Amino acid sequence: MLSSALRTARPLLLRPLTSSSRSLALSHHRPQMAPDPTRPVETSIRAKLTEALQPAHLEVLNESHMHAVPPGSESHFRVLVVSERFEGLPLLQRHRLVNEALRDELSSRVHALAIQAKTPQQWDSNPALAKSPACMGGSKHDETVADKLKAGRD
Amino acid sequence: MNTLIRTTARCFRGGAVLFNKPQVDRHLPCASARLLCSADIQKNLAEMVKKDKVVVFIKGTPAQPMCGFSNAVVQILRMHGVDDYASYNVLDDQDIRQGVKTFSNWPTIPQVFFNGEFVGGCDILLQMHQSGDLVDELNKLGIRSALLDAEQESK
Repeated sequence: MLSSALRTARPLLLRPLTSSSRSLALSHHRPQMAPDPTRPVETSIRAKLTEALQPAHLEVLNESHMHAVPPGSESHFRVLVVSERFEGLPLLQRHRLVNEALRDELSSRVHALAIQAKTPQQWDSNPALAKSPACMGGSKHDETVADKLKAGRD
Repeated sequence: MNTLIRTTARCFRGGAVLFNKPQVDRHLPCASARLLCSADIQKNLAEMVKKDKVVVFIKGTPAQPMCGFSNAVVQILRMHGVDDYASYNVLDDQDIRQGVKTFSNWPTIPQVFFNGEFVGGCDILLQMHQSGDLVDELNKLGIRSALLDAEQESK
């Protein structure tokens, strides 16, 4: 899947949101809901990104199930943040803002964070959620991932 | 195959820069000695990222990436015909793995450096590839992207 996606100069690794896939993507997005005690990390990520970046649109996806970690883990996430705060900022600075907002999570419980950081204009012209590449099993025998999973459970 | 070996050789060479330290540094228990080791690692990293035009820190090797995000970086570079770059396997060395995160103030692996400057991780490299910016950035490094030749051929 990755190889075919990269083959063209403008690869289709971005999955345009059709109505069915949008509902699938949005099934992970729960704006303004009470914190879910079964998903503490996801809740925290959402809260911190909302506070730091006042996003016009936010999607937080737990992608742990795509990786070699136990079911129910909260170790691998993808976030899509649409915010005016990104106006005029290069990609690196945008991602640093996201990383900074999630500094605690990244140092303790989150092992991987995929980021899309768009301005409202960029999002409107191309509302597409990127897909993460297939796991290659790196987490399976990785002690630091095991530590982070343990931190998430404590 | 030669380029793969060279890439792997660079990895080992990078490892050798660290492992040539006297053993006593690694076993001193006091905090100041640990800080010294950490400063040494940062200094080594500063040298490592400048030694080659393109430097990546990944999980695994270009021949055998151990992570989908690291693999994406390898694949993108391969698509652009960049085969002469330094690749360091963070799974081989926890000091490097933690050290590079401190060095670039970036919490995750993979990490990509162009001319000693931190570029970003997999997401950023992918977006640069998709937008065409990567071709320009490689050009600034004096590297001609293979995609330009592919475009030429198709005309």
